[in-house]
Amino acid sequence: MLRFAVAGLAANKVRSALTMLGVLIGVASVILLLAVGNGSSVAVKESITSLGTNSLTVSSAASRGSATAAKKLTVEDAKALASATDAPSIKSVAPVVTTSGTALYGNVSYQPGQIVGTYPAYFETSNLKVDRGDYFSADDVLNSRKVAVLGSTTARELFAAEDPVGKKITIGGTPFTVVGVLRTKGSTGFNDPDDVVIAPLPTVQNAFTGFGSVNQILVQASSADATTEAQSDITRILMGTHAVKDAAKADFRISNQTSLLSARESTTKTFTVLLGAVAAISLLVGGIGITNIMLVTVTERTKEIGIRKALGAPRAVILGQFLAESTLLSVIGAGLGVLAGVVGSHFSVVGIEPVVIPESVLGAFGIAVAIGLFFGSYPANRAASLRPIDALRHE
Amino acid sequence: MRTAKPPVIQIRRVTKSYGHGDAVVHALRGPLTGGGEPLGVDLDIAEGDYVAVMGSSGSGKSTLMNILGCLDVPTSGRYLLDGTDVGHLDEGQLALVRNRKIGFVFQSFNLVPRTTALAQVELPLAYAGVRAAERRRRAMAALGLVGLADRAGHKPNQLSGGQQQRVAVARALVTAPAMLLADEPTGNLDSRSTGEVLGIIDGLNARGRTVVVITHEDEVALHAKRVVRLVDGAIVSDVRQAPVDGPPPAPAAAAGVVA
Repeated sequence: MLRFAVAGLAANKVRSALTMLGVLIGVASVILLLAVGNGSSVAVKESITSLGTNSLTVSSAASRGSATAAKKLTVEDAKALASATDAPSIKSVAPVVTTSGTALYGNVSYQPGQIVGTYPAYFETSNLKVDRGDYFSADDVLNSRKVAVLGSTTARELFAAEDPVGKKITIGGTPFTVVGVLRTKGSTGFNDPDDVVIAPLPTVQNAFTGFGSVNQILVQASSADATTEAQSDITRILMGTHAVKDAAKADFRISNQTSLLSARESTTKTFTVLLGAVAAISLLVGGIGITNIMLVTVTERTKEIGIRKALGAPRAVILGQFLAESTLLSVIGAGLGVLAGVVGSHFSVVGIEPVVIPESVLGAFGIAVAIGLFFGSYPANRAASLRPIDALRHE
Repeated sequence: MRTAKPPVIQIRRVTKSYGHGDAVVHALRGPLTGGGEPLGVDLDIAEGDYVAVMGSSGSGKSTLMNILGCLDVPTSGRYLLDGTDVGHLDEGQLALVRNRKIGFVFQSFNLVPRTTALAQVELPLAYAGVRAAERRRRAMAALGLVGLADRAGHKPNQLSGGQQQRVAVARALVTAPAMLLADEPTGNLDSRSTGEVLGIIDGLNARGRTVVVITHEDEVALHAKRVVRLVDGAIVSDVRQAPVDGPPPAPAAAAGVVA
């Protein structure tokens, strides 16, 4: 039967090839577009994970411009969090002040995206790794030493090919010794996490911001699972230090990367579903192409069907023969489509590295074959139910 | 001996009409009653007989052939093929009957395109569920019988008209059917191929196969043991040219071709 099907398809090579092309494009687009959708979701997930999934950011609600005289976050709040004995979910705490300024090295002048004053815990919590040199230490913080760790972008802008470690730069009139350069993290969008200068908190406060409030307190939970627990611990402790009774009136906000992650994930999921839907339509069109061609084939071979029926071919055999042909069309088309989709996903599409979802390959292939069976069954049924006498008379 | 065997074909008061109401056309009607109602056609064909059904175009001979071949169903009447009433069979059973009991030879050969002679002849066996090796052996034997064993691998477009018709004959007889039904088997052939094909058919009948030939050529009818003439859907004459048990009348003349 398979041999008959192959011979039937071979009799009209161009037509068979074009029909297969329809299925091929359908399957390939399903695989490719889902891979692109998945790729972007993976990219988002990676960039968020690189920020550290078990980190929580506490920021002051006052910055929202509320009329209430909300208490700003202070180093004392951070110390309260760090020294809390009844909060095992909190692993480390880093108060953060941010400012901006111009850095000078020799006659090179550059304005880094951010100047951050913080504690050494910041590096681990933010998932920052040092590439050359070292982090500054807790000792540097205690002694307000004028040392700085540069982001890779900042280092490149100021030093070009030179090794920045040990060199002195001047920021806003204060000289800093570069002790380390961070490993490149890669951009996640509009702001470059590598365009940064990180220095000990008191140093930055002394030189730029003054010893008032801090912008953020970065808290690292003991594990990714403990973030919810850590969040309630932080709320409890800060409500104590800020003398807030009602949780609804808290003058600070806690955001964690997990919530950000799930928000971004749902967006990319919608995106993926949309792409998949578009691809599914093209797969459907491919299926209709099969029906079309099989109908033509049945009409063309009506006489042959008549002969076979006169020779005693049972209905099932005729049905099987045409179904085998349409299924073969879709199987070959889908196979080539899988190949095209998998090969195509090795190229990045509009900056997104596609990641093939194995289920989509199996799914698209399976659906294409099912479509071949489904869309082939109508023409095949028509062929099988032809009356032999009518079929034989057909010219 | 003849009385011991029931007829292969028994048709009783069979009619076939097309259309409805005033536009009704009786393709097969038999004699009419006094009121003009068709009584239907009666016909018995004994095993081993060689019957030529003759008639001009429109006489109903093709309709009769289609009914005999179970390709079409009569409007009324009964048809017993080899003792089976085919009027009560569904489509699947009819396909089985066509496969097992009837071998068709058509005017236009009706070979399956792009298929080798061997595969053509194997086809009815394949539908009957015969195993591949057995199929091949029997198909080769049938092809040998029509003198085309050396053309087994050829496709229809590589064969002459006469050869194509011989392949069709081989295909018709490969299942050892109760009856060989030939519709104008020589209509598209030149005189030499006509002689060959008729010779083969004569030879088959001489070995006991029941043969029904639909034709309008007297030359073909000469080969038959019995000639039935149809005019306007009714049998007008039924002439026996040779006994059922004897050899067909013509093989004496065509013996050289078959042997």
